[in-house]
Amino acid sequence: MYPNRFDYESPTTVEEAIAILDRSGGEAKVLSGGQSLIPMLKLRFAAPATIVDINNIPGLDYHHVDDEGNLHIGALCRHVDLEESTTLADTHPTLAAAAELVADPIVRTRGTFVGSVCHADPQGDWAATMLAQGGYVVAQGPNGRRRIDMGDFVLGPFVTALAYNEMAVEAVIPGASGTPRGSYLKLERRVGDFATASVAVSLDMDGDVIRKAGCALAGVGGRTIDANDAISCLVGKTLTEDSIDQASDAVAAVAEPRTDHRGSDAYKRHIVQTFVKRILTNLARTEQKAA
Amino acid sequence: MALDELKIGGMGASRRRVEDNRFIRGKGKYVDDVVLPAMLHMEILRSPVAHARIKSIDTSAAWEVPGVRLVLTGETMAARNLAWMPTLSYDTQAVIATDKVRFQGQEVAAVVADDPYIAKDACSKIVVEYEQLPAIVNPDQAKDSSAPLIRDDKVNQDSNKIFDWEIGDKEATEKAFADADVVSSLELHYPRSHPSPLEPCGSIADFDRATGKLTVYMTTQAPHIIRAAVAMVAELPEHQIRIISPDLGGGFGNKVPVYPGYVISILASILTERPVKWIEDKSGNLISTGFGRDVYLKGEMALRKDGKILGMRMHTTSDHGAFFADAQPTKFKIGLMHSTFACYDVPAAYLTSDGYYTNKAPGGVAYRCSFRVTEAMFFQERMIHAAANDLGMDQAEFRRVNLVKDDMFPYRTAFGFLTDSGQYAKCLDLGLEAIGYSSFKAEQEEARKRGKLLGIGISTMTEPLGAGNSREYDIIGIKMFDSAELRVHMTGKAILRTGAKTQGQGHETTWAQIVAHELGIPADDIVVEEGDTDTAPFGMGTYASRSTPVAGAAVAMVARKIRAKARKIAAHLLEVSEEDIEWELGRFYVRGNEERGVTIQDCALAAYSNVPDGMEPGLENNAYYDPPNLTWPFAAYICKVEVDPETGVWDVLKFVAVDDCGVRINPMVVEGQIMGGLTEAYAMANMQYITFDEEGNCIGANYIDYLLPTAWETPGFELHEVVTPCPHHPIGAKGIGECATVGGPAAFVNAVMSAIEHTGVRNVDMPLMPNRVYDAVRNGQDVSGMPPVRVD
Ligand SMILES: Cc1cc2nc3c(=O)[nH]c(=O)nc-3n(C[C@H](O)[C@H](O)[C@H](O)COP(=O)(O)OP(=O)(O)OC[C@H]3O[C@@H](n4cnc5c(N)ncnc54)[C@H](O)[C@@H]3O)c2cc1C
Repeated sequence: MYPNRFDYESPTTVEEAIAILDRSGGEAKVLSGGQSLIPMLKLRFAAPATIVDINNIPGLDYHHVDDEGNLHIGALCRHVDLEESTTLADTHPTLAAAAELVADPIVRTRGTFVGSVCHADPQGDWAATMLAQGGYVVAQGPNGRRRIDMGDFVLGPFVTALAYNEMAVEAVIPGASGTPRGSYLKLERRVGDFATASVAVSLDMDGDVIRKAGCALAGVGGRTIDANDAISCLVGKTLTEDSIDQASDAVAAVAEPRTDHRGSDAYKRHIVQTFVKRILTNLARTEQKAA
Repeated sequence: MALDELKIGGMGASRRRVEDNRFIRGKGKYVDDVVLPAMLHMEILRSPVAHARIKSIDTSAAWEVPGVRLVLTGETMAARNLAWMPTLSYDTQAVIATDKVRFQGQEVAAVVADDPYIAKDACSKIVVEYEQLPAIVNPDQAKDSSAPLIRDDKVNQDSNKIFDWEIGDKEATEKAFADADVVSSLELHYPRSHPSPLEPCGSIADFDRATGKLTVYMTTQAPHIIRAAVAMVAELPEHQIRIISPDLGGGFGNKVPVYPGYVISILASILTERPVKWIEDKSGNLISTGFGRDVYLKGEMALRKDGKILGMRMHTTSDHGAFFADAQPTKFKIGLMHSTFACYDVPAAYLTSDGYYTNKAPGGVAYRCSFRVTEAMFFQERMIHAAANDLGMDQAEFRRVNLVKDDMFPYRTAFGFLTDSGQYAKCLDLGLEAIGYSSFKAEQEEARKRGKLLGIGISTMTEPLGAGNSREYDIIGIKMFDSAELRVHMTGKAILRTGAKTQGQGHETTWAQIVAHELGIPADDIVVEEGDTDTAPFGMGTYASRSTPVAGAAVAMVARKIRAKARKIAAHLLEVSEEDIEWELGRFYVRGNEERGVTIQDCALAAYSNVPDGMEPGLENNAYYDPPNLTWPFAAYICKVEVDPETGVWDVLKFVAVDDCGVRINPMVVEGQIMGGLTEAYAMANMQYITFDEEGNCIGANYIDYLLPTAWETPGFELHEVVTPCPHHPIGAKGIGECATVGGPAAFVNAVMSAIEHTGVRNVDMPLMPNRVYDAVRNGQDVSGMPPVRVD
């Protein structure tokens, strides 16, 4: 690998990292898991003057659920930490389903959840789960912390709302107000492939009535597709053949797929519809069994 | 007492691979691990466009980067008559483009600098002005009368066609069709793929002006051919050229050709008088070096109502890219395509072929197969599948009717090959039993109720390996024999060298086993060395499954020469005449008095300390082996899949492989080869291909788009064996390196087709990606994989 020349900094506190970002006036990049940044450097698509490696900052590798049920994911929490969590499936089933579909097991040992969200790849899996669950990013800059909702965080492909002197320190995914239900389905050509199309669905249930519904899509647009409005037709309803059909049609309609070597736009839209339907049908079955 | 052959690691022992010891420890020594004093580093600038006239190249800014020693362009090469070089198919290929670029990724300049970072920085400072021309990405476009002429550098080349070729008996075939009850037809594209060895190509050229010697460390599967080619291209004396091919991180045919990077690094070393290292990156390897396949095949089969094949008519159209650089025997334009249908009794056959230039990388290498045999066998098995369906006959039964029977050998195929041995029906039946063929129909019914489509696919084939015999096979005029040299030291340890070049096949392990088998010297006492042209005997290298059939035979033959001399020494030591000496593994003894004997080690010591009068001392020899015929392994691959019609995703439920590769030297190594080959077959069927968009942009020049399967999705394979020894090979072996890649893909594709063909689909081109399978099921129509692909 022969990237452009860069300076390497290895701060041990968040404050120090932010000071370096601030000093370098937009010419620096944070390195967390490196699973996206290093390939970009290697291909010389990215050529930052300074790399700020945050891996030596202690205390950022956590993930925990607070008293209100919100999941906090620290900037150095690796994909594998979420994959191996034994409680995630109960509190945040959509995330748990996605955890084993992100990249491949090797990448998952290094890549971070927050790094993935900051990378803002339209095919990124975690961003879709964040968007479907009303998650937000906690950014820290020279003037302290602020909260950026996921809906406002991504400005375009590979562009986020973070200022040049801000670092994402944490991602937060709210807990469910009722029983959390949800899943993630992804069409990939092989393990470690980015999504041809993928669907994150998250439901808060009150008995068999849907109190809140969230949905987002990856791989089928120039950015993560927000399908929360589309799936809101489920709110106040139960999962029936009709409501499921209506929701899957509505979600498929907001996808913005393009034809390429992975398939036609029509095919990708069809996959979105099929996946929404499959997720909801499976959830309906689980509800029936539970009842 | 004779030695226990398995204990000394002889024939049939699943001896652990000795080379793995260093590979697993990270101690392999690849070209990139070689560091020479004062070495410089070279980087190549590649064309971003597929077809364009070069209006100007400005290298001045690159020269100014501190640490840059040399910038080379087409002009630099042309000044030394090195802008173009000959290919292995008697065409010419640009080393660095002078007039036009003809494919995306073509070499347009090179920078030599103190380190690779500087070289890469300086490359980005070179300014090239291109005047774009329309890009041609398939033979249909190439044929069009309004198509731009890609090879306007060649005199007398007024179209994009490279060749027309034919073989077979046209009249007899026409007659077969006149007599036919049913004519079945099929058309398909075997997509462009890339061997993609994990280690890309590279070289370190070291020209020493004081001695006049050129040493080149190079990623090559065929060091001796390279030495000859370098002598010709660079006009250097052959004895002053030393090619060293150290450990190779895979080859798969990709490391047979001569690449521009090698030639440029050689000139760079001559000009700078310092060693120059060039290591290609992964994208450079995928975008510019030898691809595989890219052939359009169509054919018709004449059939009798009872299922008997009467004749076969075929046409192939091949896409060779910008230069005709196929690595193949001279006599044949489309390799051994005519080996197709060799396992079936086909009375008459006729094949026509044409080949075209396009704006794509050149190569046409035999990616893990003998030349074009993969395409031949894939088409064969897809055609057989279609024909059985057209007749309304069971797939297994149709094959059974037409497979060459055990008592028909030696069998002359309609295209003139001589197959010599096999138990085809036995292999097929073993496979059918293992997959549970008889209960499949019921399973299929049951799955339909769940909304899933089950399919079963068979692929049976024999393929020609071990090119070749020198009557028929040569590469650029050099006959395709091979060699081995064996030196037994006085303590009975030995060094063996061959003209082959291992790149993952395990020669260091298995060659020693052949010697152990012939001489009784424990395999652990034999070191195997290959790849250095100053020390290894001349050979044609390793590809086309030729190592065991040719070099492996030479190993057995040289060991027999050693044994013959040792026998004379034994007679001398035992003070009896040679006629009274008997051999058992590892030992000579006096006939009728088994107790009185000497070991091979005793003979080795005597060869250096106590030779009979008149005998030359020493115990070493060499052997050149020119095989009397090709070898013909047979395989039956059977696959069962489940297709999800809503997404087009398919999963392999079970895969059974029955291989008859003759005598197995090391069963574990054989199984490893089959597993690896089936993995590549699965890749081809499922995901792995290179395509192009309308502008000639290569889609598949990185591992995001060019998908290699991993252990996670690759299905398990159940292996079975049948052994029919090769009648002419000294140890009865037939070769196994490539059977599974050659015969495997059709098993997967036939399985998926069998699951979905009730919708009216006849063919889906590989790779059978979910979108293609879904489209086929939904529309009940064939899906073509011909580029360009639409990218919005
Ligand atoms: C082979 C392979 C397959 C993959 N497949 C998938 C897949 O299927 N799905 C998927 O979603 N992803 C996939 N990825 C990407 C992977 O998930 C990455 O880990 C992830 O996108 C980035 O996380 P990271 O920690 O590695 O970030 P890095 O590579 O270190 O950084 C990525 C970007 O985010 C910025 N950044 C990182 N952390 C912070 C921070 N705390 N604050 C501000 N900016 C920050 C960096 O500056 C950089 O621009 C794959 C990667 C590889 C190599």
